[in-house]
Amino acid sequence: MPNLKDLKNRIASVKNTRKITKAMQMVAAAKLRRAQDAAEQSRPYTERFNAVMSRLAASVGGSDSAPKLLSGTGENKVHLLVVMTAERGLCGGFNANIAKLAKIHARRLIGEGKEVKILTVGKKGRDSIRREFAKNIVGHVDLTEVKRVGYADAQGIAKDVLGRFDAGEFDVATIFYAKFVNVVSQTPTAQQIIPASFETEEGAGEATTLFDYEPSEEAILADLLPRGVATAIFSALLENAASEQGARMSAMDNATRNAGEMIEDLTIEYNRSRQAVITNELIEIISGAEAL
Amino acid sequence: MADTMQFDLVSPERRLASMQVTAVQIPGSDGDMTAMADHAPTITTLRPGVLRVEGPEGATEYVVTGGFAEISANGVSVLAERAVPKGDMTQAHLDEMMEEAKTMYATAKDNFVNEPGPVDDAAKLLSDMVALGDHIGLTSKQANL
Repeated sequence: MPNLKDLKNRIASVKNTRKITKAMQMVAAAKLRRAQDAAEQSRPYTERFNAVMSRLAASVGGSDSAPKLLSGTGENKVHLLVVMTAERGLCGGFNANIAKLAKIHARRLIGEGKEVKILTVGKKGRDSIRREFAKNIVGHVDLTEVKRVGYADAQGIAKDVLGRFDAGEFDVATIFYAKFVNVVSQTPTAQQIIPASFETEEGAGEATTLFDYEPSEEAILADLLPRGVATAIFSALLENAASEQGARMSAMDNATRNAGEMIEDLTIEYNRSRQAVITNELIEIISGAEAL
Repeated sequence: MADTMQFDLVSPERRLASMQVTAVQIPGSDGDMTAMADHAPTITTLRPGVLRVEGPEGATEYVVTGGFAEISANGVSVLAERAVPKGDMTQAHLDEMMEEAKTMYATAKDNFVNEPGPVDDAAKLLSDMVALGDHIGLTSKQANL
């Protein structure tokens, strides 16, 4: 039986752990609110952007002169996977889930005889992917210093990706991130950004309006497609930020609860042992008195 | 009283304005245009410039770069990559934007030696930026073109 002193120390240390996880949970909750807010703020832009793009894409997409970013390079050999994860751990399965999805994807592509290149955003994903696909990683974007993801960060990543595309390094680009569903559930998602595909659900109703384009449709499309990449990356980054905090919040909530249970168990054990010691002492005293 | 229409100015990070206005002067890449209610549906890309919005309560001005404007039956939405109310525009902002344009011009010159298209585009962007600086009364560090 562990002695009383050890038990007491363990209870104290678990209590400290509980304090830390509780604090982390509250910090995550505050950050989550901010992240959700940021995601909310960017939604009007993304929605309108995609609405216009889908309309443009629908009218220009069919022609041969369509930009490569929209129609693709005509090949499907080299895939670029942009894996976006967090810079920090302690957020449950968040990083692992994204990395897992990316790895499954990469394995399948390699199995099909395609070449895979990986660009990682966020330290945690790189660490996990490096174990299996070290030679496939072509670059890494470090966001450790970034407190709040801004559009400029997304632009930086987009510039990197577009530069590689222009240099003919890959044919298809897919981004991996976790979509924020709610605090307890985040879905790892793969989204193809090059060649671009836009949802056309809302375009159907408005398609009757005839727009004047200034300069030409093609020129606008050529101007906007690179921005579309940045926009897609930006909204993925925001989703990711919210998901990360959500995941951390529920992970820390669980940890706090576990610590609480552990403290209860340990306290019961401590009380039992203490009672046992007292009983023992009593028995000794009584039997000593009887012997006289 | 002139008719009003819905006007939205959004950047990727936030919605800057959403209100009823009478006229919007848009710095289109092919030239400025003023949109009023019942303007023909148009989509135009933006050049760096000043977006002037005239509403019932007077005019507001924003400095915008990159993006496009959509004029439709429902109103005008301007999607700008960067938009700052003119009053908040500082030398630092401009310098940063100038710097960006200069780098773009430099990389375009390096990458497209025999293709004038992208280089001209970048040069135009840079000169637009200079013009914008002059227009709002900030000194743009003169670009050596």
